Amino acid sequence: MVDAAQLGTGAVRRTGTGRPREGPRRRRGGGGDAWPLLLPALLPVALLSVWPLLQGLALGFTDSRAGRNVTTSFTGLDNYVALLDDSLFWSSFRIGLIWALSVTVLQFVAGLGLALLLNADLRLRWLTRTLALVPWAMPPVIIAIMWKLLLNPQYGIAGGVDWLGSFGTALPAVIVVGVWAGMPQTTITLLAGLQAIDSSLHEAAAVDGAGLWRRFWHVTLPGLRTVAVAITTLDFIWAFNSFGLVYVLTEGGPGGQTMLPMLFAYDEAFGAGNFGQAAAMGNVMVVLIVGFLLFYLRSQLRSER
Amino acid sequence: MRTLGRPVQYLALAAYLVFLAFPLLWLLSSALKPAAELAIGNTGLLPANPTLGNFAAAVERADLGTAAWNSARVAAGATLAVLLMALPAAYALARFRTRLKFVANGWVLISQVFPVILVVLPLFLILRQFRLTDSLWGLTLVHAVYALPFALWMLQGYIAAIPRDIEEAGAIDGAGRARILADIVAPLLVPGLVATAMFTLISSWNEFFFALVLIQDPDKVTLPLALSRFVSSEGQVQLGALAAGALLATVPSLLFFAAVQRRLTSGLISGAVKG
Repeated sequence: MVDAAQLGTGAVRRTGTGRPREGPRRRRGGGGDAWPLLLPALLPVALLSVWPLLQGLALGFTDSRAGRNVTTSFTGLDNYVALLDDSLFWSSFRIGLIWALSVTVLQFVAGLGLALLLNADLRLRWLTRTLALVPWAMPPVIIAIMWKLLLNPQYGIAGGVDWLGSFGTALPAVIVVGVWAGMPQTTITLLAGLQAIDSSLHEAAAVDGAGLWRRFWHVTLPGLRTVAVAITTLDFIWAFNSFGLVYVLTEGGPGGQTMLPMLFAYDEAFGAGNFGQAAAMGNVMVVLIVGFLLFYLRSQLRSER
Repeated sequence: MRTLGRPVQYLALAAYLVFLAFPLLWLLSSALKPAAELAIGNTGLLPANPTLGNFAAAVERADLGTAAWNSARVAAGATLAVLLMALPAAYALARFRTRLKFVANGWVLISQVFPVILVVLPLFLILRQFRLTDSLWGLTLVHAVYALPFALWMLQGYIAAIPRDIEEAGAIDGAGRARILADIVAPLLVPGLVATAMFTLISSWNEFFFALVLIQDPDKVTLPLALSRFVSSEGQVQLGALAAGALLATVPSLLFFAAVQRRLTSGLISGAVKG
């Protein structure tokens, strides 16, 4: 944060003389006035968000445990060595990856289909659009409760199958709920992307005799590229880091079949009291996400060339 | 999409409508079914003898009244705090060419990458020093701080849309920065402030993880926490009450959302385009 602050003041001062178009009053008021205005927002974020995050990253290299009078010491990479041997942790990572990738891909396909329909001139468009936004306004806990009722083996539409409680079906069922919950952001973003595509491109392609598929493939998809990469990246991160939805749906069960990494780390921290170990898991999650981002964004950039 | 044919399009639209709406209708129907109907497994969408009894049962058994009051206080407090913190900062970020703008907006994105488990452990320890764990004040503060970056992002888009000329006219008339902000900018910003407020209200009202970690006292639980506890205690048997409670908890955020839906989505999109 110190670096950022120094960068900030430097930039503010420089603009004081750097923008001759503005009136003298503005120039004088530039840098000096910005700080008092920014401080009420920066201070709480620095204290309760940036600082704890840095501490959390460091915590993953200690043996910190729950309890008031426990001494904490630096243990280097011990936590990570322990994680290497922890097969439950790896299986939770595998489940987390399957969940995050499935949710992201299915949400993209479903969201794109819906966005295309919403972009066409259809009746009932307003109703569909409104309904597609509803999950955004619902607490994840409520979404989970709703789907638990719907998939209840005795009462729901499940037809006697315990979707959320059986080994083979729990993860797919949870993924469907995840897709439902994330429809709004994906659909709305892709719809905005569709509407930003110049319609004359479509017309030109149609004049050249391109059919529906060819236009979709050569005009719509390339036009959506930036927006699509942005929203799938966010969807993946959100899904991989999500907690409340699956916590209420299955608590990670049955038999750990839906134990997402966040649920596993939560149990480690607040069930077993191993703060250091839980933070180490968090660090491994960060490494995985950053690695995925680098891989995904680089491959997207490369194929663009 | 013209050549795909209307029937196919409408078929697809109908499928989406069912997927999106059916779970909601099922929740509503479950909330209106009397216990006897749920027990014998009336799996029709329409209740045979609709009742409002489940709502009373939900409020009583899960103590939703207290939880709703707690949620409302936390959400209102967090919203007020966010507006007070975000308004001056958003103004500075939108009007001064500071590199902090890059830092602040970058933080919105970067903060998404880190799982909350990393933040919540030290945060818990920090708040404990100030006796703010298991406290609604502490939760309010945390909700405000975590809604702030996105609120800032939204609000600065609205401020950037107000022409500078209006302010400069005020400055030439001799008004100070504070007066310009209060008398000229603030009235024009009402729509943006409303949208930001609603965003904060909804995200605080819906928030679960921090509440789960920070609140233990049953008298201080928020609605999502109360409902999640009800699921694991009585929810398996009291399906009707569970559905009714879930429905009640959703109504406020749906109403708020309906009020600002258009602005929230356009704010998100314009923020994304400019950001």
